[in-house]
Amino acid sequence: MSTPRLLVVEDDAHIRRFLRTALEAADFNVFEAANVARGLIEAGSRQPDLLIVDLGLPDRDGRELIAELRSWSSAPVIVLSARDREEDKVAALDAGADDYLVKPFGVPELLARVRAQLRRSSVNIGGDISAVVHFGEVSIDLAARIVQRNGQPIHLTPTEYRLLAALIKGHGRVLTHQQLLLETWGPGYAERGHYLRIFMGNLRQKLEVDPSQPRHLLTELGVGYSLAGLT
Amino acid sequence: MNYPRPDPDRLLEALQEANAAARRGKLKLFLGACAGVGKTYAMLQAARQKQNEGVDVLIGIVETHGRADTAALLVGLTTLPSRQVEYRGHLLAEFDLDAALKIKPALIIVDELAHSNVAGSRHQKRWQDVEELLVAGIDVYTAMNVQHLESLNDIVAGITGVKVAETVADHVFDSATDVILVDLPPDELLARLAAGKVYLPDAAQRASKHFFRKGNLIALRELALRRTADRVDAQMRAYRADRAIANVWQARERLLVCIGAGPSSDKLVRSAARLAAKLQADWIVAYVETPTFQRGSKQQRGRILATLKLAEELGAETATLAGTDAAATLAAYARGRNVGKLVIGHRCQTGWRRKLLPGLADQLAERAAELDLYLVGLDPAVVVPAVADRTPPRKIYWRGYAEAVAIVAATSVLAGALLSVFDLANVVMVYLLAVVMIALRSGRGPGALAAFLSVASFDFFFVPPQLTFTVNDSQYLFTFAMMLAVALIIGQLAAKLRFEANVARRRERRADELSGLSRQLSGALTTEQIIGIAVDRINAIFHARSAVLLPDSQERVREAQGGPGLGSLTDTDADVAQWVYDHQQHAGQGSNTLPSSPARYLPLKAPMRTRGVLALQVSQLSLFDEPEEMRLLDTCAAQIALALERVHFVEVAQDALVSMEGERLRNGLLTTVSHDLRTPLTALVGLADTLAGSELSTEVRHELAEAIRDKARSTAELVGKLLDMARLQSGAVTLRRDWQSLEEVLGSARRQLDSVLANHTVISRLPPDLPLCEFDPVLIERVLVNLLENAAKYTPPGSEISILAVSRGDLMRITVDDNGPGLPAGREEKLFGKFERGESESALPGVGLGLAISRAIIEAHGGRMYAENRSEGGARFVFTLPLGTPPSMPDTSL
Repeated sequence: MSTPRLLVVEDDAHIRRFLRTALEAADFNVFEAANVARGLIEAGSRQPDLLIVDLGLPDRDGRELIAELRSWSSAPVIVLSARDREEDKVAALDAGADDYLVKPFGVPELLARVRAQLRRSSVNIGGDISAVVHFGEVSIDLAARIVQRNGQPIHLTPTEYRLLAALIKGHGRVLTHQQLLLETWGPGYAERGHYLRIFMGNLRQKLEVDPSQPRHLLTELGVGYSLAGLT
Repeated sequence: MNYPRPDPDRLLEALQEANAAARRGKLKLFLGACAGVGKTYAMLQAARQKQNEGVDVLIGIVETHGRADTAALLVGLTTLPSRQVEYRGHLLAEFDLDAALKIKPALIIVDELAHSNVAGSRHQKRWQDVEELLVAGIDVYTAMNVQHLESLNDIVAGITGVKVAETVADHVFDSATDVILVDLPPDELLARLAAGKVYLPDAAQRASKHFFRKGNLIALRELALRRTADRVDAQMRAYRADRAIANVWQARERLLVCIGAGPSSDKLVRSAARLAAKLQADWIVAYVETPTFQRGSKQQRGRILATLKLAEELGAETATLAGTDAAATLAAYARGRNVGKLVIGHRCQTGWRRKLLPGLADQLAERAAELDLYLVGLDPAVVVPAVADRTPPRKIYWRGYAEAVAIVAATSVLAGALLSVFDLANVVMVYLLAVVMIALRSGRGPGALAAFLSVASFDFFFVPPQLTFTVNDSQYLFTFAMMLAVALIIGQLAAKLRFEANVARRRERRADELSGLSRQLSGALTTEQIIGIAVDRINAIFHARSAVLLPDSQERVREAQGGPGLGSLTDTDADVAQWVYDHQQHAGQGSNTLPSSPARYLPLKAPMRTRGVLALQVSQLSLFDEPEEMRLLDTCAAQIALALERVHFVEVAQDALVSMEGERLRNGLLTTVSHDLRTPLTALVGLADTLAGSELSTEVRHELAEAIRDKARSTAELVGKLLDMARLQSGAVTLRRDWQSLEEVLGSARRQLDSVLANHTVISRLPPDLPLCEFDPVLIERVLVNLLENAAKYTPPGSEISILAVSRGDLMRITVDDNGPGLPAGREEKLFGKFERGESESALPGVGLGLAISRAIIEAHGGRMYAENRSEGGARFVFTLPLGTPPSMPDTSL
């Protein structure tokens, strides 16, 4: 695989500078843009494998960039955001972002997220119905709909399975409550966030080693859930 | 009386005096025993010192008497040119008041306070000039000798044989801000005199031989010292009063003034007021409410109440005493209130009355010999004008008389029946019983009627020959007389008893209602509560509809919000209320002002100011003619006003507290920002400089970079917390509540703190069936993060932190325990203050905002948060969240 190409859309020159240094040191090919207009041009011409987008940009909102990008590209997008604006994060994720990172963040964390997103796009399960996927002690046969833990079959209710399947489909991404509710229960359940918490609790009981400290079925508080460590 | 609490009125007075004093200039008076002690010198030295301090000093007038050392002190000080006045061919130098006022220095030196100005000056005396300077706000230094003090003038003249014409009123001396005694022992003074260092005015020159004897000088020195000491004493007393040091206070003199229904009571009160002022005594004006008084005409009663009101206006305390014997009641009251002096009116009696009816003075002298009696002569010519009594003739209760007739008739029938069994003598007893019953039931008149009817019936029906009034046996005439006398006496006694019981009942009702009102008002915490209570009680007591009107910020009274009230007042009525508020007088229905108004308006007068207006509409207009009822109404209004004032001051005090708290917080914030923010920033700059500037090994560079990262992270965390606090405080945070699983939020918090908690054992004990709870997950996560972080920070590595949750009733209770050293005893609650940390000078990082933020978050959720030490050791933090009504749950089997 050739050197992945990354596009950083960020208005602060210092942050751009350290992102470039850190990412180039990690063997990525880095392009920069300081605003949405420039970012869209770069995204179109450079065809990046992944984008890192700041939400607060001088000309337009980073969210608009993501929405526009999604009309012609499925490249993963990592959003940079301020901690206390959950609604911004949700909006960005709903617009099509895959993950978000809270400022201030550390370089190792950023690199881990970037690698996870790139890996995810390589683990493609979208159309492959015969695939068997694994996380932790759990294996799921998507074709036969069989879930096993340490080789023992685990019984999941139909709703639990639908929720798990939605998480698997979007694994590595942060899935917002709305996305999961729509995927699992269908339209009309937008106001029933507590359904998710109950079924996620049940899934953790059945699939996690320590349900109180989940390692795979992760909570993104105020935003949604994500499934980590799927292979 | 022994409360160590400063008298609020006295404090207010002190405050007002201090205000007036602040506007006025300050007078510093240099007092000497006699000429030559060095007053001018001392004064000029003090002035020079002031000038060196940067005060704008002007020499108004100073007589150096040609003395070199004094003149030397004037060098460098600005001197006001004196006003040259020609007087009887001499050219005299006078102090130029107008010029001084025009220049308006901060401090002016005016020597010789006792000086008399030359004829044609604005004021006769120099001290009057000084007074004007003080009023203009200019500080004055002046000097005088003790013999010039008006009150000591005679004494000094007696000692020295020299009478000085130039005197200074004592109040000038007494009102001086400072008095400095310039003292010189007589021997030294005499030595200076011998050396010719003392200038003497002509008059003194003449008498100098006599004047400057050592004995005189000692006496004058003593006078000066004493007078100054008295001043110090007065200041000491004022200080004591300020600080409520009461234990050595001698009891203040008290006067008890006893008034009657006579028309000259006003004169008595006025005389007593003058006497009280002269004696500097507290005074009480009392009247004894005897049954006689109750029977008095409405006009008489009204006059007494008006006199009491006058006394209150003149500064007296008033009291209404109940008793049958005025002298005994007064004596008992005087002893109870520790009163030493009694003032009573005295009208000269003449003739037989003097002999037979001893006056109140004689009775009191007999009963309370220890009291000093002051008799105020009353004008005997003033006779109570009987015609002026416009009260309609007493209504005669015919019903009572009819009953009397009926009862006597029935008694006769009964007696007739009894006669077959009993002797005639016993029949008399039955009649007497009937008379007592009638008197008790219907009062005096029917009682008397019954007495006569009984005798007549007895004669007519029972005394032979029966059915005629003729009597055969003349013995019966004696029986009739005795029967009539006894019947009348016991009838009158019974009627009196009944009357007194009535009076007592009414008095008790008034006392009950008042105490009820004051009890309820004392429990009220807000203005709204007071208005509610006031309106309720007033309505009940007076069978009225009432409303309380309060002034707004523009001093316009309007009906308080929310009260049941009179409904909206018309424009005219609002004007009446405003008038009442402005003039502090009654108006409206039944009063002298705007009597056509449909409601009565009373000012709510409190000690400090009028607090509002009470409006009431009564069903019976006659209420306003009853002096006792009006007095009750006034007292009720006073109670309400007092309660309003109390609440007002509580609010003022709370506001002050809030702003003090705000101030403290701001200071805390500034300290934090300046210290906790600057320190890491300084470190950051230094670290970055080191990293950039010198040749370093890779290892050191790495270390520096890590240090920079850690510092930056902790600074970011601090800024985050400050922002959180600011946002919570400004109310900008809206809770994004949703039905959440505590386990999930706790998991998220623990994930965030993975590295912080790495060296601790964390046990989470959440029951599997813990219900969902409605809260803002991000904020509650912050609370858990704060608590876990604190637990990790304040316990040694390896300690155990356990999180427990239970749902009990309608609450979820979450506990975070550790087995570390626990909380500093007694400071558990303080930990939740802003910028508070367990240990004051802790080396541990953090600003002490975490717990304050956490509590704010929990309280915003309607929960409670507190800390305690666990009995088995370690700290425990507890918070609760309301569970609320859970939403519909999905079917988990699907």
